[in-house]
Amino acid sequence: MADKVSEVVAVAVTKTMKKNKDLARLLTAASCALVSGLSTTTHADDSWDVDSAFLLYSESDSRVSAVEPVVSATKNYDEETKLNFKIVADTLTGASPNGATPSDQVQTFTSPSGKSSYNATAGEQPLDDTFKDTRIALSSNWSAPINRDWAYGVGGYLSAEHDYRSLGVNGNLSRYLNQKNTTLTLGLNLSNDAVTPEGGVPTGLHQIPLDRSDSEFTQRSDSENKNLVDAVFGVTQVINSKTIMQFNYALSTSSGYLTDPYKMLSVIDDTAGSNFGGNFQSGGNNVYLYEKRPDSRLKQSIYWQTKHQFDNSDVLDVSYRFMFDDWGVNSHTIDAKYRFRFDNQYLEPQLRWYTQSKADFYNRYLTSSDYTNTSLASADYRLGDLDTYTIGLRYGYEFADNTEFYTRFSLYHQESSGEKGIGKLASQELYPGLDSMMLIMGYKF
Amino acid sequence: MRGVSGIFGLISITIALTGCSDLGVKPWERGILAQQEMNLINEPIESSLNDHIYFSKEASSGGQGFGGGGCGCN
Repeated sequence: MADKVSEVVAVAVTKTMKKNKDLARLLTAASCALVSGLSTTTHADDSWDVDSAFLLYSESDSRVSAVEPVVSATKNYDEETKLNFKIVADTLTGASPNGATPSDQVQTFTSPSGKSSYNATAGEQPLDDTFKDTRIALSSNWSAPINRDWAYGVGGYLSAEHDYRSLGVNGNLSRYLNQKNTTLTLGLNLSNDAVTPEGGVPTGLHQIPLDRSDSEFTQRSDSENKNLVDAVFGVTQVINSKTIMQFNYALSTSSGYLTDPYKMLSVIDDTAGSNFGGNFQSGGNNVYLYEKRPDSRLKQSIYWQTKHQFDNSDVLDVSYRFMFDDWGVNSHTIDAKYRFRFDNQYLEPQLRWYTQSKADFYNRYLTSSDYTNTSLASADYRLGDLDTYTIGLRYGYEFADNTEFYTRFSLYHQESSGEKGIGKLASQELYPGLDSMMLIMGYKF
Repeated sequence: MRGVSGIFGLISITIALTGCSDLGVKPWERGILAQQEMNLINEPIESSLNDHIYFSKEASSGGQGFGGGGCGCN
């Protein structure tokens, strides 16, 4: 009898618990529906969202200019299942520093193809003005849930320009924890790039010939390859109803041809005399060498980002990245954006600061006494000590039909630094800065 | 897959122990976080254009996503 009573009580308790559980389930379902309802107001289900933009980029002193249209189309099957296609085209024109130092004499450089030459006047920064390129890049990504706790994404891309081709695949896997307050993500990217330089692949640290009849030109191969493997491990954490934070650790390895085939180094005379600090000459011609970088690189980075929405709906987005690699480069990046939100418009000031230390093999120039003993060297200022600053302003206007027009204007400033040159080279500007402007105009529909 | 699950399992335990499980919100408190503006990358086109410029002008790339590549500019 007692057993019977306890059984009845147990069933009743179970039923009550079941009822509570059902109620909790119902509430969760209702709140989830509400949440997904809220967010689907911005992502209409089973529809295409298109974001199209146009970038104008222009550097001071007639250096590089770029025009870059982009169209990205996303099909939303449901809140978490999406298919994206993106196409980017860019056209670059202008001149790029070739790595040589300015001089108190006129300098003549062989063009990358060896078919022509170009000059830098006394005191002028040597710029290669044969630089012109058009690139097309296509990419696609698919992301979907696996079940309640797991989601995945896969993608691929192809980018092609006349002297470069890149082909890549990527995938990521996410695990939700703590009622989706914590997300762990593991991403992997593999890519294979082929470099087919104008004039063939030059021999690293070889003296640049005067023209293509030289044996250095005739023995060149047409192309080289490089392979990249990137892995990113991330933790995204919801802090509270208005704050979300992310930590990432990324590892990137590249191997193969990592040299820039168009960059060179000047050899400077360091023997005492009237030409101390001038261009070293051999056979009556200045000696310039093709640069040479290591054939592998391992980069690691730590990234932190936080987004917070204030009570007045303004949004602050701050991030920090520390990167270090086995080339000796360390860098710090801080990026901050603050979006002032009005009824159907926003205004977003942006600031970015970046600083890097030079690669171990970076040399602004080589000297006549040691250039034959050098195994790796580059004078590419992008591998030197560098500080950069970006200031920008973005504005967006949302129309009644949920389409949006936006524009962004930003200024980018670079400051390079390094050792002063020897002798008469010290009076040359070895580390010129760079200023550029960027204008983006876009429409989302 | 088992290896990946293992890594995720290990990290999950670490996070639980370090107290991340105390943070967060209930499903019905996600209204603000669900706004498009609160996505970590809420303007992907602008981010990709910026990443491309910085990739071609500086020695670092990636961090938020993959390290990039795909152009001969660096």
